[in-house]
Amino acid sequence: MRTDDLIDALAQDAGPSRAPPRRLAIVAGLGALAALILVLAWLHTRHDLMQAMRGGMFWMKALYTGALGLAGYLAIERLSRPAGSGRRGWMLGGVVLGLFALAGVVQAMMSPDIQMALHMLRGHSWHVCSRNILMLGLPMLGLGLWAVRGMAPTRPVAAGFATGLFAGGVAATVYGLHCAENTFTFVALWYSLGVLSLAVLGALIGRWALRW
Amino acid sequence: MTDTETRLKALMLRGLDGDAAAYRECLAGLGVRLRAYFARRMSGAPGDVEDLVQETLLAVHLKRSTWDPSQSFTAWAHAVARYKLIDHWRRRKIRQTLPIEDHIEFLAADEPDPGVGLELDRALATLPEKQRILVTDVKLTGLSLAEAGTRAGISEGAAKVALHRALKSLAERMRRADG
Repeated sequence: MRTDDLIDALAQDAGPSRAPPRRLAIVAGLGALAALILVLAWLHTRHDLMQAMRGGMFWMKALYTGALGLAGYLAIERLSRPAGSGRRGWMLGGVVLGLFALAGVVQAMMSPDIQMALHMLRGHSWHVCSRNILMLGLPMLGLGLWAVRGMAPTRPVAAGFATGLFAGGVAATVYGLHCAENTFTFVALWYSLGVLSLAVLGALIGRWALRW
Repeated sequence: MTDTETRLKALMLRGLDGDAAAYRECLAGLGVRLRAYFARRMSGAPGDVEDLVQETLLAVHLKRSTWDPSQSFTAWAHAVARYKLIDHWRRRKIRQTLPIEDHIEFLAADEPDPGVGLELDRALATLPEKQRILVTDVKLTGLSLAEAGTRAGISEGAAKVALHRALKSLAERMRRADG
């Protein structure tokens, strides 16, 4: 077929393309709902939820993970378009992660002895925290990769990483409803690891799944 | 360069408003640039150049909603072209590990190269007949969509929808045929 003939056919299909608006917002909504259902049915909310919601650390955790999710959103919103750059998202993510890691280190150093610092690092749930966040984020990661595939990511690995960061931030925020850990040290390590594991998984899958 | 950007962007914006003639001019102008872009980078396989031009034009059309009009249009189109070239190379590498396909290619090698997009024809051949007729029959200054629809035995509205679907599955089939 001659290229001119193809262009004729394409021209007949001119006009705005029906891009589903707010596609990523829908992914976030459904992903958060899936994570919430998993928390309610599998992990259950923390017993002192009502009381915890009156404290600062509950919201500090949500703010941190929410900011990581926002960073992922900002990056994927651009990386799902050709010539788009994820820089704004990476910068926000880097700054937020750095600040929280710093707060975690400072808090650990301020503890009276090394035993206390190790205790803060391990908390009561270090062995399940990252894994739980990973599990809560899987539905949204799948949804997100599917939605991004329908757009036009030209850098599949970076786009997959951003999608995972987006899913991880949302999942970790919902996980705060279950998890009663309340030190910067714990959250900076195990929450971050959970979120980053989703981002790395997103990058690995994105490498072959985000093709169009 | 900036002239090209200004001209193609204006045409593209009119195309997005439904101006088929402007859209056609935009794609034609883009096609010339794509051909030069791919030819420069694929001196070893000139036959593949037109295939990639066509695949990229299809992608530009189908993914046009991902272009943000506040950004450069040619930068966006270039990123699509670059991606399609990288994807093409990646797929070729996979093919080289499949000796049976190499063999079939070898057998077909003495057929004359008509210098048009072969992959598009191959993909077209796998479409349902009505869709195929539409894609090959519509011309901007020839057979209208309504007339092409009549030949395919469907109304103009249905022809519009069917054409869009046909273009979408063409893009998918072109990729899969190569992978």
